[in-house]
Amino acid sequence: MDFNLTDEQRMLQETVSRLVSSEYDIETRHRYAASEEGFSRDVWSQLADLGLFGVPFSEEAGGFGGGGVELMVVMQEFGRGLVVEPFLSTVVLGGGLIEALGNNGQREEYLGQVIEGSLLLAFAHGEPDSRYNLQQVETRAEKNGGGYRLNGRKAVVFNGDSADKLLVSARTSGAARDAEGISVFLVDRTAPGVTVRAYPNIDGTHAAEVYLDNVDVGADALLGEEGNAFPAIAKVARRGIAALCAEAVGAMEQAVEQTLEYLKQRKQFGVPIGIFQALQHQMVDMRIALEEARSMAIMAANADQAESPEEAERIVHAAKVIIGQAGRKVAESAIQLHGGIGMTWELPLPHFAKRLVMIDHVLGDTDYHLERFSELMETPAA
Amino acid sequence: MNLSYTPEEQAFREEVRAFMREKLPADIQAKVRGGKRLQKDDFVRWHKALNEKGWLAVHWPKEYGGTGWGPIQRHIFEEEMTAAGAPSIVPFGLSMVAPVIIKFGTEAQKQYYLPRILNQDDWWCQGYSEPGAGSDLAAVKTRAVREGDHYIVNGQKTWTTLGQYANMIFCLVRTNPDVKKQEGISFLLIDMDTPGVTVRPIITLDGEHEVNEVFFEDVKVPVENLVGEENKGWTCAKYLLTYERTGIAGVGYAKAALRHLKNVASRQLKDGKPLLDDPRFRAQVAQVEIEVMSLEMTNLRVVASVAGGGVPGAESSILKIRGTQVRQAITDLLRRAVGPYAMPFISDVFEAGSDVEPVGPEYAAPLASQYFNRRKLSIYGGSNEIQKNIISKMILGL
Repeated sequence: MDFNLTDEQRMLQETVSRLVSSEYDIETRHRYAASEEGFSRDVWSQLADLGLFGVPFSEEAGGFGGGGVELMVVMQEFGRGLVVEPFLSTVVLGGGLIEALGNNGQREEYLGQVIEGSLLLAFAHGEPDSRYNLQQVETRAEKNGGGYRLNGRKAVVFNGDSADKLLVSARTSGAARDAEGISVFLVDRTAPGVTVRAYPNIDGTHAAEVYLDNVDVGADALLGEEGNAFPAIAKVARRGIAALCAEAVGAMEQAVEQTLEYLKQRKQFGVPIGIFQALQHQMVDMRIALEEARSMAIMAANADQAESPEEAERIVHAAKVIIGQAGRKVAESAIQLHGGIGMTWELPLPHFAKRLVMIDHVLGDTDYHLERFSELMETPAA
Repeated sequence: MNLSYTPEEQAFREEVRAFMREKLPADIQAKVRGGKRLQKDDFVRWHKALNEKGWLAVHWPKEYGGTGWGPIQRHIFEEEMTAAGAPSIVPFGLSMVAPVIIKFGTEAQKQYYLPRILNQDDWWCQGYSEPGAGSDLAAVKTRAVREGDHYIVNGQKTWTTLGQYANMIFCLVRTNPDVKKQEGISFLLIDMDTPGVTVRPIITLDGEHEVNEVFFEDVKVPVENLVGEENKGWTCAKYLLTYERTGIAGVGYAKAALRHLKNVASRQLKDGKPLLDDPRFRAQVAQVEIEVMSLEMTNLRVVASVAGGGVPGAESSILKIRGTQVRQAITDLLRRAVGPYAMPFISDVFEAGSDVEPVGPEYAAPLASQYFNRRKLSIYGGSNEIQKNIISKMILGL
């Protein structure tokens, strides 16, 4: 049993950490978040130059063959900086789907561009009524000549406004919540019939509603076998969840550090407020929550080493439950311990709190994952 | 990063499992699994079986007859022992007084006491808490006054667990009342057969006799029973409290209790179906299972860091708080799982071999009693609030 990072992993951590701490102060981040695309193309190029976009991909695909731990290391540092660049959308989810589903030609054509930073992707999967159910797809893809015709609406598509290509899930057969019958298509964001309504999210990230109105795509837009995309979607979502867990740990570290610092500096009644036991114990609870979250992020990052696929799935659900609960606790307590100043835009802290709470709304919240874990929980033989 | 056990560690786990299968007496296992009372003889028999294998003193170095195990082996051993339904090793001699004697004792003390602990010749109990010294342990008042070759001890200890079985007690006593409270304490070993020692039971809220008060009235204790220097007892006390505590999370207990909870909830019916299939109850079981996973991983992180030469410091406090909270949550769900049959309380039912028929299902009988008993977890060994003070000071620097 070994919880240490390898030398290479530590170097990766230092590389990302250096970039984030030197060039990503909160004011800069706000500026990027408030820009039209919701992130910085300059930073995106720098991240590409550092080789970060190849981290999760196999060597055959031109990546570094990095596993969950490398992804964890990167995302944790991104979490510490509240990085808004579309790494999750483009690299983890979009690139992950192409790697999992694409044929050799598609992988060669697109993954290279992802890795060099010249292609932005967004995973257009969720729909207005699907909440967090990954199997619920009502957008339809009907055979049309040699290709397909897509109709439907995709909800809260992260970075959907800036992506060059959307990975659109659509039903080629089956009923609304069937696992079978879901296909994934690569669709140009600017294709005729695609309407994108972009908007900012409360945590500084960007998303879009995507309307598909008789969008015609060729047969070469289909990723993988028709109707058989769900296992890959679930697998990529699990990776995305592990990445979000790591991002949350980074953001939690920041919230805990900043709050602790405040307790030591802020004076009331002539003393630093950190001497008050009522506040100390809340601070301790935050710190404990962080350690539990870290444990689960580590488990999620290593889920592919689990004894069985079922166990891997349980681990990821469990991790997102703890991350959701710990994130909310840390966020709420951090604001409370700061008092009035914790309610202000000016302070960095509340922006970490907002991201922490909103991470629970991405790829399944605490209730959703608790329910799924509950269904998959091992029970005594009857 | 690698979260799996090495082949050697897995082989060790198999060895422990095989030992438990062969050597754990079936009647003792049945008592533990059925929530029946354990008697002194049960513990002694189990300790002797472990000692025969050389597995009793898991914390001791080899030269004194210990296992010399590292933290990961200890962790595996504890996990397998609880999974097998074995009683826990009574800690007072083996993992409390012995490490203090090994660290601070004289050669004569080591030669005399350590083999007697291994061979079950002595049953030790702990004389720390007093009526006026609970969380504020350094406030101990029990007085030891040097007279020639003896100390004369007067005072009272309390919450003395299994003191009714003990013939020896290790005590924090005040040898100098005129200095800062931590600086006038000594660590003294007292034979409980000495005239002037009286043990009185404290019956706890579950009706059980587990803890005691111990009174000392002009008790003559030879000076060679002092461990370490006079007035330096606080050093021993602190050493004992921070001594190797990777087992403090109680992960093994939590997992065993969780398995029991699932068994009980799958046998209980609600609206004609297993209670475990009720989404609301099931989600609560799922929540505690997830918390146990997180506790286990946090514990392993500390264990691995200790195995790598780190010192388990205030992280133990995190494990203590979360471990006790999770275990309490499981006993709470166990009590609620059996509905109205949590209520009947017939004390004789807890006696192994009793011919008294339990009122409801047999597994229901001890659950409420255990729930109330486990409230102690967040109180003893430094209450969870004290643990938070420790984290606040040692980890957060507040």
